[in-house]
Amino acid sequence: MGFSKDQLLSQLQELEIDYSKYEHPPVLTVEEQAKYVSSSEGALSKNLFFKDKKHRYYIISAMVDTKVDMKVLSQRLGLGKGGIRMAPEEALAELLQVSLGCVTPFAVVNESARDVSLLLDQKFKNQTRCIFHPLSNNVSISLSTSGLDKFLQSVGRDPVYVDLEANPVVGKDQPPDLAVYVPSNSVVIPELPNNTPSAQASPPKNVSAEKTKPVASPKPSKSPGNVKSVVQNSGLSVFKNPEKFVEEILDKTSELLFSEVKGENVEALAETLRKRLTSEFTHLAVMYKNTAYSEGFYAGTQCQPKRP
Amino acid sequence: MEVDKKEEIASESSEEQVVNPWEVSAKDGGKIDYDKLIDQFGCQRLDESLIDRVERLTSRQPHVFLRRGVFFAHRDFDLVLDAYERGDKFYLYTGRGPSSEALHLGHLIPFMFTKYLQEAFKVPLVIQLTDDEKCMWKNLSVEESQRLARENAKDIIACGFDVTKTFIFSDFDYVGGAFYKNMVKVAKCVTLNKAMGIFGFSGEDHIGKLSFPPVQAVPSFPSSFPHLFPGKDKLRCLIPCAIDQDPYFRMTRDVAPRLGYSKPALIESSFFPALQGENGKMSASDPNSAIYVTDTAKDIKNKINRYAFSGGQDSIEKHREIGANLEVDIPVKYLSFFLEDDAELEHIKKEYGEGRMLTGEVKKRLTEVLTGMVERHRMARAAVTDEMVDAFMAVRPLPNMFE
Repeated sequence: MGFSKDQLLSQLQELEIDYSKYEHPPVLTVEEQAKYVSSSEGALSKNLFFKDKKHRYYIISAMVDTKVDMKVLSQRLGLGKGGIRMAPEEALAELLQVSLGCVTPFAVVNESARDVSLLLDQKFKNQTRCIFHPLSNNVSISLSTSGLDKFLQSVGRDPVYVDLEANPVVGKDQPPDLAVYVPSNSVVIPELPNNTPSAQASPPKNVSAEKTKPVASPKPSKSPGNVKSVVQNSGLSVFKNPEKFVEEILDKTSELLFSEVKGENVEALAETLRKRLTSEFTHLAVMYKNTAYSEGFYAGTQCQPKRP
Repeated sequence: MEVDKKEEIASESSEEQVVNPWEVSAKDGGKIDYDKLIDQFGCQRLDESLIDRVERLTSRQPHVFLRRGVFFAHRDFDLVLDAYERGDKFYLYTGRGPSSEALHLGHLIPFMFTKYLQEAFKVPLVIQLTDDEKCMWKNLSVEESQRLARENAKDIIACGFDVTKTFIFSDFDYVGGAFYKNMVKVAKCVTLNKAMGIFGFSGEDHIGKLSFPPVQAVPSFPSSFPHLFPGKDKLRCLIPCAIDQDPYFRMTRDVAPRLGYSKPALIESSFFPALQGENGKMSASDPNSAIYVTDTAKDIKNKINRYAFSGGQDSIEKHREIGANLEVDIPVKYLSFFLEDDAELEHIKKEYGEGRMLTGEVKKRLTEVLTGMVERHRMARAAVTDEMVDAFMAVRPLPNMFE
């Protein structure tokens, strides 16, 4: 059971943290939120939820106009160039226990989010107040960074402020500057068969010029014949999905490489291997899957009916 | 808001370029003018912002064909993406007219792209083999066209489609039932005059040809596949195809609302140039106009060296001075289709265009890339058994099609 908005707000009061509360219809994007909460109350934030290839999760909370470059961030975290991607919807629900459009630094109050890394935009410190969702997207609260810090410390978190727009060189002699914030534990999310898997969760709250923004709440799409209501282990999808299968193989290969070979170029080598082999291996995996299916299919046609 | 431009096909070909499902030729034997084509057909350009959106939604680098503008036009692709973001999926529909056993690289392009779309968006796919069309247009026997359909299916499967999300069907096998009902509904909405205007039919053509267009139209409607999409009548359809197929789907989009169906969306590619230069499509009848998937490494090397039209200058001195004409150079064009590495392609274009790199080097790199591709295809093709084809073509449900 996740923390509720009311529990959070009473916690803030107990800690004597000063905040202002604004209630409004549920909003899923920054543009919508901006309609109800004016900038005179504080600086709006965009909140992104990322995942890396080793199932470690990150909340990035930034000023709306701070440019967050995923490639640069991935490199600064020491994950190579394409190491992070938007976290899937299931992760939002499982780890942060909030709904779509509701990613917020406050989500770390939940036990389930203990391994999620939280990085805050340095630029928040220049603002008198900043605006976040208190675990629910029909309310916004504004508070000072010292207020936010006090709250984070109360739940055992060290507030981390980072210059998100910096693009330092990462190389042999310059270690990735944010690598220390990579969680030490990875999290496995059980995969539910009725989820809408690919619609990316927690779309970045962006004031970009795009007119369409992701809107509706997740609709489980029940595909015909899919009756399984049991929560399947994510391990099963590794054997169903050629890409996940290949990712698993390359993960293990990289792990072994890192443990056996020392040297600064190992990371680059691992990245190259991954980049160059992923497509080839996926092709092989698909053919393997097709072959197995066809053999099973054929066997099915020859199958004798079960004896009563 | 369909902008339906004049649909009469100008069959006086040297005056205007001709682009329809059975003929592609440029004006005065020059290049196809794609801007004019987009204007004439009334579809949209696929711009950077759409490609960025695809990247964001799929969390992966967009396919090389998107990055290089090979797939360059669309109808309602933005609407498909809007719906996808909301959690409304779609299915893919593409096809092949099995006119010959020999497939060349140009034939593989829509399939390579469709495979990427299937993986990136995690959506199911139906593939139509129009054996009936080829039987009628190419005057093949029914048996021969069915045989070719199965043979072509093997090459298609070798492109790497996932059997748990793909249904391949041939018209001779599958037409009937719900599919046929939709065909009749579509046919009722298109007058003879309209069909003649769109497809250029005349009083000399046999009635088989006239009645074919609905066959290619109805796979755009989910109700044509009751074993796949029961109860999902509003499911959207995205059709990756070469732009010469546009007329079929203009007709389909026109008819769809009248039947209470969603209009299919399209994402369209330009033509893959023949080895000898940009004069329209490759021809399956001229073996030296194209690289075939059955070519050996030696064949490929030979064909590239001997027949690939070069934009390099006549002499080395002149070449070093002026550089290559990248506009007409076929090796560079082919590399822009198949060389994955953007940085390397840019480098080649720069060095070759400014005269520092010679044609031989570019051709050598191209030969490497194409040989790799053809080898990989051949290996995958060898693994496709008749049982596998049967499995892909079986009328069966696909329970995990959206995973």
